[in-house]
Amino acid sequence: MNLFLQQLINGLNVGSIYALIAIGYTMVYGIIKLINFAHGEIMMFGAYFAFIAATSFHLPVWAVLLSSMVIMAIIGVAIEFIAYRPLRNAPRLSALITAIGVSLFLQNLALIIFKPDPKVMPKIFPETIYKLGEIEISSTTLITIGLSLFFMVLLDLYIRKTKQGRAMRAVSEDKDAAILMGINVNRTISLTFAVGSALGALGGVLYSVAYIQVYPTMGVMPGLKAFIAAVLGGIGIIPGAMLGGFIIGMVETMTKAYLSTTWADAIVFAILIIVLLFKPTGILGKNTREKV
Amino acid sequence: MDHNKKKAYLVNTVAVVALYLVFFLLIQTKTMNNYFVGIAIMTCIMIIMAMSLNIVAGFLGEMALGHAGFMAIGAYASASFSMVLIDSGLPLPHLVILILAMTVGGIVAGIFGFLIGTPTLRLRGDYLGIVTIGFSEIIRIFFINFGPTGGAAGLKGITRLVNFHNVYWVTIVITFLIFTLGRSKHGRAIISIREDEIASEAAGIPTTRYKVLAFSLAAFFAGVGGALYAHYQSFLEPSKFGFMFSIEMFVIVVLGGLGSLTGSIISAIVLTVLPEMLRSFAEYRLLVYSLVLIIMMIFRPQGIFGRSEFSLTAFIESLIQRKNVKNSIGGGEAS
Repeated sequence: MNLFLQQLINGLNVGSIYALIAIGYTMVYGIIKLINFAHGEIMMFGAYFAFIAATSFHLPVWAVLLSSMVIMAIIGVAIEFIAYRPLRNAPRLSALITAIGVSLFLQNLALIIFKPDPKVMPKIFPETIYKLGEIEISSTTLITIGLSLFFMVLLDLYIRKTKQGRAMRAVSEDKDAAILMGINVNRTISLTFAVGSALGALGGVLYSVAYIQVYPTMGVMPGLKAFIAAVLGGIGIIPGAMLGGFIIGMVETMTKAYLSTTWADAIVFAILIIVLLFKPTGILGKNTREKV
Repeated sequence: MDHNKKKAYLVNTVAVVALYLVFFLLIQTKTMNNYFVGIAIMTCIMIIMAMSLNIVAGFLGEMALGHAGFMAIGAYASASFSMVLIDSGLPLPHLVILILAMTVGGIVAGIFGFLIGTPTLRLRGDYLGIVTIGFSEIIRIFFINFGPTGGAAGLKGITRLVNFHNVYWVTIVITFLIFTLGRSKHGRAIISIREDEIASEAAGIPTTRYKVLAFSLAAFFAGVGGALYAHYQSFLEPSKFGFMFSIEMFVIVVLGGLGSLTGSIISAIVLTVLPEMLRSFAEYRLLVYSLVLIIMMIFRPQGIFGRSEFSLTAFIESLIQRKNVKNSIGGGEAS
């Protein structure tokens, strides 16, 4: 029972990180129908910037997180502007291949700039261990879960209550109608990339703190899993991405604890395939029929 | 067979044999050392992989991002088969063993293509792409954990049966088969699904059956490619068949032009030979790759060849015609 509770907390920890990254995938997909493969790399760069801010500049924690999020928001907008905007009206496949290209480019850029060997991420959060009976919870875990939940609530309020949030929902619903309503679609899309990338960067920092490492290919697997989380919850639906993230994190942790560490990834992929085959629109998604 | 077709077959056969003779002479006279022969063999294998992927990505127009998985299945199946066969001590010539191993690799991969394709091809576009990634990752993780084929450490001791001569002719045969497929009734049915699935279904084409057929055939040829790879490298490790390898093959097909087999061939040659020539820039190789990919998508999204094929016969004819135009003073006959 204690082991189970312990794993439950670990699952929440990993799940909240996946949820943060998954939000970026789902927001971008919702608004321009593109799987932003580069999102995993945005997360990786976010972790690297935090690493540099913490080790070279010795910034305080809040500044480390903020600087990494702001820089990645700018880079995210730049990526959209340079690589995705010229292809806005091109076939979906071209845009997707471009996204793969950007992902490869950023990964190899990181390999050249930062070198392939993993670096040790310093413990940027104050480290104390709380004991609840026999369960141990580190402050890092609590901060990770707390920060993720805080930003998710903030995002939800932003999307639902503010003018820009409403514009985002309008553009993802119907781009042409949104233009007619006087919404600046280009700016809204840039804003979506900024928000998604900032959350992705935060996810990257938390991920690197949890696994104590930063390396150029660290974005690939969590990126893929976060994407699976987004699909699982229903791609384009923000609460779905959060739900999917927690489910994937939980499944992964439980598989590692009770079944097998080496098969954990395979089981995550198997869940994705099963969900897609039986409910391609995801858990919270609605069915739409293809029209002639 | 009409006159034009006969001529095309003749021209292409002559070209293929001539190319082979060039390589044969280069290898016999040791002008081409083992290193270059190795590159040539890898190029042939990549041509097979790119063309087989083109059946799904180009003819059928669906995103398949898990081609490395089928290659892995073919490689492991054929390698296990040939190891057992050679251990059994049957006095078979190497070529026969290779052909049997390729058949086994192809069929096993094809069966998996059928099993995976049947349920997944109901999905479209991005979703299909993601599911194929999922399956190929599962296949890779399976081989990492599967003891009898060496697990994560890899499968060692595969007899090296592949040399340039047999891989060249296998590539030619597969090229011929896939070209023929593209022009057959079935190929046209598959292409019609790419153009408009709903319309082709209305025209009476059993779309699901043809989608699964295209997928299984692609898996079959990928399996053959994997078999060749296994018997060339004589060592297999699961990490080779990761997500990035699938993406690399996809990039080759996209750069050549989705739906253009000659495009696939040329881009496979360029993208296999060029990195080898640029060994000293290995670090920047993938950086340049990805930049080319992005720039290509922005400025020429249809790839080098688009959907058209390079035709040797038409090329020669245009050369002759140009000469005629130059010779005739008025040049008014040029059409």
